[in-house]
Formats: sequence, structure tokens, C-alpha cells
Amino acid sequence: MSTETTQAAEPEDAQVTLYDVDHPAPVIEPPRARTGKTPKASRTNFEMYGWLFMRLSGIVLVVLVLGHLLIQLVLDGGVSKIGFAFVAGRWASPFWQVWDLAMLWLAMLHGANGLRTVINDYAERDTTRFWLKWLLYAATVFTVLLGTLVIFTFDPNIR
Amino acid sequence: MPAGTLYRGREGMWSWVAHRVTGVLIFFFLFVHVLDTALVRVSPEAYDDTVAIYKTPLVNLMEYGLVAAILFHALNGLRVIAVDFWSKGAKYQKQMLWTVMGIWIVLMAGAFYPVLQHTLRTLFGS
Ligand code: HEM
Ligand code: HEM
Repeated sequence: MSTETTQAAEPEDAQVTLYDVDHPAPVIEPPRARTGKTPKASRTNFEMYGWLFMRLSGIVLVVLVLGHLLIQLVLDGGVSKIGFAFVAGRWASPFWQVWDLAMLWLAMLHGANGLRTVINDYAERDTTRFWLKWLLYAATVFTVLLGTLVIFTFDPNIR
Repeated sequence: MPAGTLYRGREGMWSWVAHRVTGVLIFFFLFVHVLDTALVRVSPEAYDDTVAIYKTPLVNLMEYGLVAAILFHALNGLRVIAVDFWSKGAKYQKQMLWTVMGIWIVLMAGAFYPVLQHTLRTLFGS
């Protein structure tokens, strides 16, 4: 290769190779290298962990949510049976308490992280994005805390 | 909405759109659902009166729609995971989408009576 180019009898200036000993190729930084100038927000692997969490929580949610729907909507007469007494019967068992708690946390975090992506995609103005995400996080924290409180303080003899 | 978001417009894009729409829908349902369940801390009557809404024909039909959304999101979610982690996933993504739709139709047919039985029984007698 190199011999071919040097041997070709052409005018010198038409023969300028891009890089040679005197003109070394510029060093290209690895695209995601962290430097002192990297904004704080992108110095971690947050987005990668978020991506992984969507997949891991998704697999667990298949069992939790589809199992929940089977019990609530399909078995034993579908919705007909649901009422305070039914809930009292189910939350008498720590197994279903833990099931519902795990479902609450995983579904809310999975859904909230998904919605964060959707907001990032469509809300183009900085202020719109800021307020939509603020609303999302507030609603998420509120819902997770309320649901957790309800499971832990449930009282079958409320009256 | 940014203009020109029609990306390729084939199965892969439409399954992505459907995945996004169902995901957002389920999230909004869950928010309301935790609120209605919280009524068990108010009184048995408050809870039972609210759950009665779930037993009206229109809302019962919406529950069937919710089942449709969740079944699609769950099955297609597993397909997305397979595309990402299985070495042949990207190659078979289209076949996997048709498999997802096939399983979805079978499960939806199977869920029709159980989910809607409350409405069917109240509307058409025992
Ligand atoms: C229309 C369909 C549904 C019905 C009739 C229904 C019914 C119920 C009932 C009766 C409870 C009380 C506790 C229990 O029995 O386990 C409950 C709790 C719960 N459900 Fe559902 N459910 C439905 C759909 C869903 C879906 C799709 C999700 C998840 C995305 C979900 C997530 C939860 C959670 C997280 C709790 C615990 C709430 C708390 O901590 O206060 N449910 N559901
Ligand atoms: C039933 C089991 C579930 C599975 C297997 C699953 C799977 C997934 C996966 C793999 C993604 C990432 C898609 C991507 O990165 O392109 C995703 C996104 C999402 N999921 Fe789920 N999910 C499940 C349940 C839920 C539930 C219960 C909710 C709501 C509370 C939900 C809401 C969302 C949302 C809003 C997104 C973002 C969609 C987007 O960015 O286009 N998912 N899901």
C-alpha cells in the first residue's frame, strides 16, 4: 500500500497523505470519557442502571401483576367478590402483604422511570420538562408512601 | 410533539408506540387504584361503595381493556428484553412480535368470559 503511493509519479501537492510521521492523526477522546468539565449530571451510570432496572423489574412484574389480575379479575367470579371482607381476608396473610408491597414499589418505580423517559422525549421546553417531572416525582412519592402505609396499617376491625 | 416522529413506520415502530401508550395508561390506572384501595383505611362502606363502580358494565368493560393493555405490555416487554439480551433477538424480533400477538389473542379470548362474567350475569340473568 504505502509503496504504491510513494512510487506513483504525480505532482507532489496532489500527493498529500492525510497523516504521516510529520502530521500525526489527532488524538480522539473516547466519546464518553469523564473529564473535569463533564457536567455533574452525567458523571455517573444512572441511565444505564435505569435501563437495567426497567428490564429486571419488568420480568418480576410479569409474575406479580399477571398473578394479581388472575386473582382479582378471573378466579372466583371475577370482580363480583371484591369488597372490604375480601381484602381483609387477603391481607391477613403476610405472603399477600409482601406480594402487594413488592408490586406497589416495583410497578410505581418502573412506571415513573418510564414516564420520565416519555417526558424527556416530548417536553422540549426546559421549564415544561422541569415542572412535568416535578409533578411526576411528587405523585410517585405520594402514591408509594400512601400504598405502603395502607398495607402496614390495615385494620380488619376498623369498626 | 416534535414534527416528523414517524420512525420507519414498520412493525418495530408500531409495537414501540403501543408499548409506550399502554405503559402510560397502566401508570395512570395504578395511581387511581392505590387511591381507591386506600379507602379501606377510611371505612368498609367507603371502600365497598367505591368498588361498586368497578362492577358497573362500562367500567367492567374498561377492566377488560386494562387486561388487554397489560397483557400486551407484559408480553412485548419480554420481547424487548429478548431483543436486548438474546444474541439472536434482533434477528427474530419480527417473529417474536407475531408470537406475542398470537399469545395475546389466545389469552384475551380466554379472559373474555371470566373478566366480564359479572356484567354478563347481571345483564342477561343467571
Ligand atoms: C381492574 C383490575 C384490578 C382489580 C380489580 C384490583 C383489585 C385489587 C384489590 C382488591 C386490592 C386489595 C389488596 C388485595 O386484594 O391484594 C388491590 C391492591 C393492589 N393492586 Fe390491584 N387490582 C387490579 C389491577 C391492578 C394492576 C393492573 C396493578 C399494577 C399495575 C395493581 C396493583 C395493586 C397494588 C400495588 C395494590 C396494593 C395497594 C396498596 O398498597 O394500598 N392492581 N388490587
Ligand atoms: C407486566 C410486566 C412488565 C414488563 C415485562 C415491562 C417491560 C418493560 C420494558 C422492557 C420497558 C422498556 C422499554 C424500552 O426501553 O424500550 C418498559 C417501559 C415502560 N413500562 Fe413497562 N413492563 C411491565 C409492567 C409495567 C407497568 C405495571 C407499568 C405501569 C405502572 C409500566 C409502565 C411502563 C412505561 C411508562 C414504560 C416507558 C415506555 C417508553 O419509554 O416508551 N410497565 N416496560
